Amino acid sequence: MNWLIALIALLLGRRHRRRKLPRERIVAPASQRPGAELVVLALLGLASLCALAFVPIYALDSMRHVQTQLFGLSLGLAFAFLSAACIVVARTLVPQEQLAEPYPEPEHAYEQAQVDEIVEESGTGFTRRRLVKLAAGGAGAALGAALVTPAVSLGPVLDASQLRRTAWRRGVRLVDSDGKPVRADDVSTKSFLTAFPEGADQNALGSPLVVVRLDPDSLELPADRADWAPEGIVAYSKICTHAGCAIALYRAPLYEPTSDKPALVCPCHYSTFDPAAGGKVLFGPAGRNLPQLPLAIANGELRAAGDFSGPIGPSWWGVRWGSQHR
Amino acid sequence: MIRRAVRYLDQRSGTAPLLRKALRYVFPDHWSFLLGEVALYCFVILVATGVYLTLFFQASTEHTTYQGSYAPLHGTEMSRAYRSAVDMSFDVKAGLLMRQTHHWAADVFLVAIVLHLLRVFFTGAFRKPRDLVWYVGVMMLGAAMLEGFLGYSMVDDLLSGMGLAIAYSVVLSIPFVGGNLALLLWGAPFPGTHEFESRMYVTHVFILPIVIAVLLTVHLLLIVARHHTQFRGPRATERRIVGLPMVPGYAPRSVGLAFGVAALLFLLGGLVQINPIWQWGPFETAQGTNGAQPDWYLGWLIGALRLMPGFDVTIGSYTLVPNPFWGGALFPLLVFGFLFAWPSVERRVTGDDALHNVLDRPRDNPWRTAVGAAMVTWVFVVVVAGASDRVFVWLKIPYTGQIWFWRVMVFVAPVAVFAFTRRLCEALREEDAAVGVRIVEV
Repeated sequence: MNWLIALIALLLGRRHRRRKLPRERIVAPASQRPGAELVVLALLGLASLCALAFVPIYALDSMRHVQTQLFGLSLGLAFAFLSAACIVVARTLVPQEQLAEPYPEPEHAYEQAQVDEIVEESGTGFTRRRLVKLAAGGAGAALGAALVTPAVSLGPVLDASQLRRTAWRRGVRLVDSDGKPVRADDVSTKSFLTAFPEGADQNALGSPLVVVRLDPDSLELPADRADWAPEGIVAYSKICTHAGCAIALYRAPLYEPTSDKPALVCPCHYSTFDPAAGGKVLFGPAGRNLPQLPLAIANGELRAAGDFSGPIGPSWWGVRWGSQHR
Repeated sequence: MIRRAVRYLDQRSGTAPLLRKALRYVFPDHWSFLLGEVALYCFVILVATGVYLTLFFQASTEHTTYQGSYAPLHGTEMSRAYRSAVDMSFDVKAGLLMRQTHHWAADVFLVAIVLHLLRVFFTGAFRKPRDLVWYVGVMMLGAAMLEGFLGYSMVDDLLSGMGLAIAYSVVLSIPFVGGNLALLLWGAPFPGTHEFESRMYVTHVFILPIVIAVLLTVHLLLIVARHHTQFRGPRATERRIVGLPMVPGYAPRSVGLAFGVAALLFLLGGLVQINPIWQWGPFETAQGTNGAQPDWYLGWLIGALRLMPGFDVTIGSYTLVPNPFWGGALFPLLVFGFLFAWPSVERRVTGDDALHNVLDRPRDNPWRTAVGAAMVTWVFVVVVAGASDRVFVWLKIPYTGQIWFWRVMVFVAPVAVFAFTRRLCEALREEDAAVGVRIVEV
């Protein structure tokens, strides 16, 4: 009898549980918090207000001078309030349940073996497999080469000689950025002057010169450049031999006895060159002296007396230093 | 309502089981796991603001004379690229907000990527089975840096041009092929042909964003396939993952973070000026300015270029390896090479070929932590050296003296940091062990 009751109870219990099963929650229940909900509503309201403010800010021209700032405040605060609302929801209104589950299987040995087999068995019709592989590889490489070839059109890839070409020739006049000839009297001692070859592209690396006037007695030019600096005026390529920036700084001595000697300095990596000594590197990462341009004065105007002493601008594999090392 | 939508989708795609699984996908919880998400949301903002900017930017070097609303530049000759960037800052309503937010987002994007990378390194999250995720992430870091550089280079202001001149000289310095490669990319000797501007533009707005998006997708899919790593806990083990389910616990947190990132970027973009290009003026080859600094994530390269003593590798009067190669090409190559090689190097050195789902604390692996800290120090010293000119302006310490100091420190500091970090980790472990013993005794 007891046994029968137990069985009935068990069956009923099971059925009862079974009926309940579908109603079991997936997500753990959360306690309701009207207060936090109110905070979320307030934050969403504030976000809407801030976002709505964008339209009048956009429309009103009287605010032009602070418009960007107001735009930033409007959008930024709208997003900030939205963010706060989300975080309040995340931390108080939704169930704070932690799930634990196994990591995915580390590997699938059976499928791995099957993939190998499928590929292996698909190829049993071949008798000279290695040869076919080699031929396919060769065809792939050949086609790859053919498809890459059009890239050669991007630039004059095979003619590196134009990297050293400049517009400076014997007799070319020095002009300023407006094309006005530079006179020897224009060059003062405490500052530098930028000059270009007359009629040439001023933006080419080989064009700009930095021109300074030094005390002729202070010059220590190499012996073969004795006549390159009339009246102590020297000209160098304005493009740093290190990384191609314009040499836009001139360290002019404020008080000769104690100051450092005059130097041309590149503002990018502070390569420092000696204008009195043929552009010798004094400090910094430049590995090559600054190319010097021989000058001549004709009717008071400065002219080039030849091309630079060496290749201008940053170096590349195989470039020659030029006359400075001869 | 939701049931109808899901039914509609499931009948047409059969994805209800996948969706069911996705809703309960488990995210282990730790603040440092959010860094990658910050990067992700920055990328979203970058794409959104970037699309807006393309509607106004003209990628052309054709010359024009400025007659716009910024008076100091009146009558200046400039390219259409620079002109359109100035115009969108002054004459397009909300244009400056979008431009500045875009620039800030790029800077924060790289901050988040680098911090995420450090977190993953120092906790050993890159170990098998997630080494592939690491490689993809390092590729994304490289792509993001190039993307950022092209972004501020194609504007054609003075700083753009100075940066491009340096990039040109670095390409030029590559052994054997440098001269030819530079001509190929620029189309002519610097400053290059008109097409170079279009090349930068299409790379910045099309090629690299797609590359980053594809890598990002692979990065995330691989993580989902192997699940996230976690710190060890009472229930969190190598075989069992413990954390918040996507719904309802994690999704609102993550969306909150996304809005938070957007808030930060728009507040910065609206309130904090960045790259005021109208102050630099247009680029001309003969122009340069003192105190020029790149965006922060390229600081290590300018630092390396400045730190390098001045020498080229030469044979007679022929230059073989010009100086910019060391700082501009070899140095980043070494750092990226280290990042790519590390997972397999560590596997080989330690002989540990096991799968790891549980993270190390940095102290748990003194050797790795010390190597990482030394690497970070190495790069950081170079970044600081790159700011020596600013330090001179602030503190009047002579520039040459500073550079010589850093030339020594760049070798000394990593070694010192390596020894110190290793010692520190071991001390912390001993302390842990002692505490453990005491607990057992109690």
